[in-house]
Amino acid sequence: MSVQQKAVRSTVVKKAIMALTGLVLVGFLLMHMFGNLKVFAGPAEYNHYALWLKQDLLYPILPHGWFIWLFRIFLILCVVLHLYCALRLTQASLRGRGTPYVRRKRKEQTFSVRWLRWFGLLLIALISFHILMFTTGTFTPGFEYQFEDPYSMYVGAFQVWWVFAAYGVFMLLVCFHLRHGFWSAFTTLGANVGPSSRLTLNLLAYFFAALLFVGFLLPATAVFLGWVI
Amino acid sequence: MKITLKVWRQANKDAKGSMKTYRLDDVSEDMSFLEMLDMLNEDLTTKGGEPVAFDSDCREGICGMCGVVIKGSAHGRYESPIATTTCQLHMRYFADGAVIEVEPWRAGAFPVVKDLVVDRSAFDRIIQAGGFISANTGSAPEAHSTPAPKHLADRAFDNACCIGCGACVAACPNGSGMLFTAAKITHLANLPQGQPERHSRVKAMVAAHDGVGFGGCQNVGECAAVCPKKVPLESIAQLNRDLFASLFKSV
Ligand code: FES
Repeated sequence: MSVQQKAVRSTVVKKAIMALTGLVLVGFLLMHMFGNLKVFAGPAEYNHYALWLKQDLLYPILPHGWFIWLFRIFLILCVVLHLYCALRLTQASLRGRGTPYVRRKRKEQTFSVRWLRWFGLLLIALISFHILMFTTGTFTPGFEYQFEDPYSMYVGAFQVWWVFAAYGVFMLLVCFHLRHGFWSAFTTLGANVGPSSRLTLNLLAYFFAALLFVGFLLPATAVFLGWVI
Repeated sequence: MKITLKVWRQANKDAKGSMKTYRLDDVSEDMSFLEMLDMLNEDLTTKGGEPVAFDSDCREGICGMCGVVIKGSAHGRYESPIATTTCQLHMRYFADGAVIEVEPWRAGAFPVVKDLVVDRSAFDRIIQAGGFISANTGSAPEAHSTPAPKHLADRAFDNACCIGCGACVAACPNGSGMLFTAAKITHLANLPQGQPERHSRVKAMVAAHDGVGFGGCQNVGECAAVCPKKVPLESIAQLNRDLFASLFKSV
């Protein structure tokens, strides 16, 4: 293999792929959160938005219903790339780490980075669950699958206490994963140019993690408490 | 002062190691950590035991030869109020009666040779791949013939401080040598003399880094926290930027 080929396959490039795909997924989460907040605007608004997203977005550039599939394929591609690089990097880390220490003190490691990989794996399971509930309608606790009326599915599901609780845990994991991921993505892409940018990136990471947690849990909590029906 | 040492003993590369406990009674608080280990070895030798093998050379904190993990941190960094190498860590930072664990650097790319001595030639492989500038030999050029902007010269110097001790690898949960590699890259990339080989260097050094068995960087920051020469974490971002740019260059 030439040096160029080795460099292209290096851990640094794998990290860059993880950074880019991760940031795409953060962007998606922000958009998803925005959509969920429309619960507060009532069923008509919410359903209109959801159906527009699934059928009419980018029409007439694309035929009806095409955008959502192209977008799903793109997202799946991002997840697969993110996962593949994560696995290869984990493999390299296990090899790089060698024999464990008898005693080890950690100063810089945050909770979010220590659990980053495990939370990432758990997230795959939780996301699959989410898709089985609201996208395919395979599993429908508290609601009936209705393509035309996603509002009723949202409200029905979050009236069930354990769906709400599981969702809280799910979002907590997302936010911890994102806390390290956000800072790490920008650093990997070269944005950490000095102590002040280190601080800024970390603060932004906390901000986005908190924003997503609040943004996703606000409408769900409102439904659970019966403020929105 | 009295201290209890728990030291990693391993007869050779392939032997199975374990922690052995030793007690020392008259340790002076003015001793350096290595002088304390010397004392232990004297004790062991007079009693007919095998002395503990450890690396050291200058004992002034400038050569990078010494380095062990003390109480769970590389060079005992978290026992000392200042950035330090093992040879410049003093016993006054430990409490009387302290129990001190001493372990070798642990990383896949740094196999233990004996006791606390590890083989760090993986670092040499990275340097050999490109951690230098090519220059014709002859008399030294006049220093002012290649002016360097002050702020870049400073940044280069902050990174040129790296003594290659390996604490960054020892502290990294991924066993990554990225801070070391980044220090060399940043040092040369900020000086005029480093420019001709800038792109080929970063590719070759990163390839060598991965090739010798170091893990990937996860931007954890443990490395910079223990670095005795305070090489900043930002250097890794510079390495990344240089690598991405170099991928589009044919050299
Ligand atoms: S012996 Fe030279 S740096 Fe410690």
